[in-house]
Amino acid sequence: MDNIDLLGPELALIAAAGLVVLADLVLRDKRWLPWLGLTGVLASVVWTLTFVLRDRQAEAFAGALSVDDFSIFFLFLFAGIAAVVILSSIDYVQKFERYQGEYYALILASAAGLMLLAGTRDLIAIFVALELTSISQYVLAAFLRDRRSTEAGLKYILLGAISSAVILYGMAFLFGLSGTTKLTGAEGEPSIAATVAAADSDIRAALIMSMVFLAVGFAFKMAIVPFQMWVPDVYEGAPTPVAAYLSVGSKAAAFAVVLRVFYEGLGGDFISGDWSMLFAVLAAISMTVGNIIALVQTNIKRLLGYSSIAQAGNFMVGMAAISAAGNMALGASGVVFFLAAYALTNLGAFVAVIIISNKIGSDQIDDYGGLFRRAPLLGFALAFCLVSLTGLPPTAGFVAKVYIFNTAVQSDLVWLVVVAVLNTVIAAFYYLRVVSQIFLAPAPSEEGIPTPWPASISLAAVTLGVAIVGVVPTPLISASETAVRIFS
Amino acid sequence: MLTFIVFFPVLGALAIAFLPRQQEQRAKQMAAVVATIVFVVSLAAFALFDRDASGFQFTEQIRWIRAGSAGFDIQYFLGVDGLGLVMVILTTFLFVLAVLISWNIDLRPKEYFAWMLVLETGVLGVFTSLDLILFFLFWEVELVPMYMLISIWGTGRKEYSAIKFVLYTIAGSALMLVGILVLAFSADPQSFDMTVLMEADIRDTLLPLPAIFFLIFAAFAIKLPVFPFHTWLPDAHTDAPTAVSVILAGVLLKMGGYGMIRICVSILPEVAKDYGVWLAAFAAISVIYGALVTLRQTDLKRLIAYSSVSHMGYVLLGIAAFGQVALTGAALQMFTHGTITGLLFVMVGLVYNRTHTRDIAVLRGLAHHMPVIATVMVIAGLASLGLPSMSGFVAEAMVFLGSVKAFAPATIFAVVGIVLTAGYILWMVERVFFGPKTEEWAELGDASSWWEHIPMAALVAVIIGVGVYPSAIVDVLDMGIEPIIARLG
Repeated sequence: MDNIDLLGPELALIAAAGLVVLADLVLRDKRWLPWLGLTGVLASVVWTLTFVLRDRQAEAFAGALSVDDFSIFFLFLFAGIAAVVILSSIDYVQKFERYQGEYYALILASAAGLMLLAGTRDLIAIFVALELTSISQYVLAAFLRDRRSTEAGLKYILLGAISSAVILYGMAFLFGLSGTTKLTGAEGEPSIAATVAAADSDIRAALIMSMVFLAVGFAFKMAIVPFQMWVPDVYEGAPTPVAAYLSVGSKAAAFAVVLRVFYEGLGGDFISGDWSMLFAVLAAISMTVGNIIALVQTNIKRLLGYSSIAQAGNFMVGMAAISAAGNMALGASGVVFFLAAYALTNLGAFVAVIIISNKIGSDQIDDYGGLFRRAPLLGFALAFCLVSLTGLPPTAGFVAKVYIFNTAVQSDLVWLVVVAVLNTVIAAFYYLRVVSQIFLAPAPSEEGIPTPWPASISLAAVTLGVAIVGVVPTPLISASETAVRIFS
Repeated sequence: MLTFIVFFPVLGALAIAFLPRQQEQRAKQMAAVVATIVFVVSLAAFALFDRDASGFQFTEQIRWIRAGSAGFDIQYFLGVDGLGLVMVILTTFLFVLAVLISWNIDLRPKEYFAWMLVLETGVLGVFTSLDLILFFLFWEVELVPMYMLISIWGTGRKEYSAIKFVLYTIAGSALMLVGILVLAFSADPQSFDMTVLMEADIRDTLLPLPAIFFLIFAAFAIKLPVFPFHTWLPDAHTDAPTAVSVILAGVLLKMGGYGMIRICVSILPEVAKDYGVWLAAFAAISVIYGALVTLRQTDLKRLIAYSSVSHMGYVLLGIAAFGQVALTGAALQMFTHGTITGLLFVMVGLVYNRTHTRDIAVLRGLAHHMPVIATVMVIAGLASLGLPSMSGFVAEAMVFLGSVKAFAPATIFAVVGIVLTAGYILWMVERVFFGPKTEEWAELGDASSWWEHIPMAALVAVIIGVGVYPSAIVDVLDMGIEPIIARLG
């Protein structure tokens, strides 16, 4: 029972997913389905909340799953993301009316997978959680059943399968070296961390190989250059709420799991310098390539796709900072804070895009002209989120930028920060181009854009969140610091 | 008090944004009231400013963002010394005038005045922040309103100019961010607090000190602007609406000079001194190059824009010379240039409103039809070329006095700049306002409405007032400069 309690938040989502499918069979009025799903999310949040209130932190399933400050942070984050995605889908699902039940069920199931990813500390459990969330998302990407969506799903599943195989390969090496799949264990017990701590030059090559394989495999999930090829096509083809989900949910989960694996498993001094360097280089490449390609995009979803590749580079700056200066908690809290801030901001941008593209039937940036005149609040919210993505005040993006660069500077990665800040100049150009469309360009029609109220609520909530974190970031910063304290 | 000064405009902007659509005219009145209240309060601060005390006054210090393990301790810390106070007064004063000059804006007035007030908050924040991150935050706040103001209400290639302005500024501020972070991390004790950093021991743990200095300096050099980073300025000036040009020349450029003095020179004085000769060289180039290019301009607004490049060279020269007189002169030059160039842009705006051209070759004999405008333009011109009894003279004289011992050759070049200034100003006035009467402009009226008269009168009064009795401002500036000079002994 104890183990089940710790798995509660995930189980609530899985149960809700099952109920949604059942209700889909029984109910005539499909409008209830999303609310049923949201109830599941709420139950999950409440369960997580009781962890906090009960001060409940423990391991379950023989150490495979861990409920700690780190996973609790992500439990809340993923529940929030799932709620926003469901709310903003309500109007969108008319495009595939017959499959609404499956759609919501898959979102819930994959959210459960995301949550598991943040809490697992066993290679096999990580892999299973990864597949639970990935497979749901492959299906979701192909949900529109038009040519582009199908292509997106196919591309995603093929490349995703390859990345899974690569991760598995890296895991196999680790298992071979240590004889266990546990990342950490008690004193004297075999674990990967213990193996790394005791490593000598004999197994160095094998350790580095497994590290590289894991990094490459996860780089697919995180959409890091040069493993990002699937991102623009999948984002463009997938239903917009799913693209939003992928851009924040699976990205955050991938970073969470990388934090766990590299921190807890491979954190030993013996090789931590190597992966720090690897991440620094990936960060620099990712930011630069993502930004430069984003410059020429004319489709807003592709633009957000490439920009999310560039933003992943920013997270990577924090990853690189983790072990560079010996103060391991430093970069990690930067990454976690940036993930949360980015989740708010990018969700805001995507929800606005969902509402707009649903109404004007186009994802072309040129068609966003005069948006501010047609829908002032919607236009303002989108512009505000883009300003936050640029990293200008008074937004969450600004604080995140300053915070993560601060950690990198302290870790002696000044060169990387210079690369990153120069990249913000490029990013400013394409983000502000969209902002200028919203405010300046003539509107193709004067017709107002009505906003469905569930999506409005989620948009208002995340935009307000972006502003609040921008002005009073301290609570979120302390939460991030608490979350990563388990690593030190 | 400072919090009120800084944030009251943005509250006004919010109020304007939520005005119902029918009441667009009300936006102007509200903006004028808000700007005036802020100006009056800042005058009160000027009056209450304790001229015997040293250090920062009206300070407000609250712990804002705390992240212990990351050494990331950011304060909400406002305060002004003599230098900051003068800049605040200049800002609030020019913003009142900017609102008045914008009285005839009819295109989306609600948004225009709201952005204007947001801009005011950003600028005032820069001049009052004593925490580096807070400073950086306000520095960035200014971008979005400027982008909107130029690209919506501007003329010509407005979008190109707006994005150019933004990209130059972001490039500079990005480097500044790195510089600030490295600076705070290299200091003992680590802090973002400027008052702590001024006393702190700063070592070259991550980067050599000159590298830190110039990372931060880059942002200010772009803003000031120093040759060769000036190319955004003529474009932005030319295409911005009149009031925004006034603000840009009058206040925004000063953020560059102010930042150099407040951060670069105050916190890393040794580096400023070591590299002074380089700064002086760039200053001299800016003065001469700016003046030469100005001579070739055919567009009235571009002419004044390029003259700003030249005049800001004096500021840099004063900073490079690093002495009590020179630095005070540089600070005074910022103030006077703000008022003088502001007035010049106001006048050009008035001319343009009537004739709808800024082409110097086309304009002729305007003095016959608009005597008031012509007279004020001549006054502004004379002030700009540094006629004694006008404020420009005092400032330039102080800069030269201070710098001649340190960098004689650069100072000589800069003095030559004055001759060139006289050349282009007089030539411009002669071509535009004098000469035979032309029928073409006969219909055009002179300045007549109150919202045209008040800015002209106010600016002329300040220019002559400071020229005749400079101590009113110089004494206060001195107080701000003194501790900075004292740091190097």
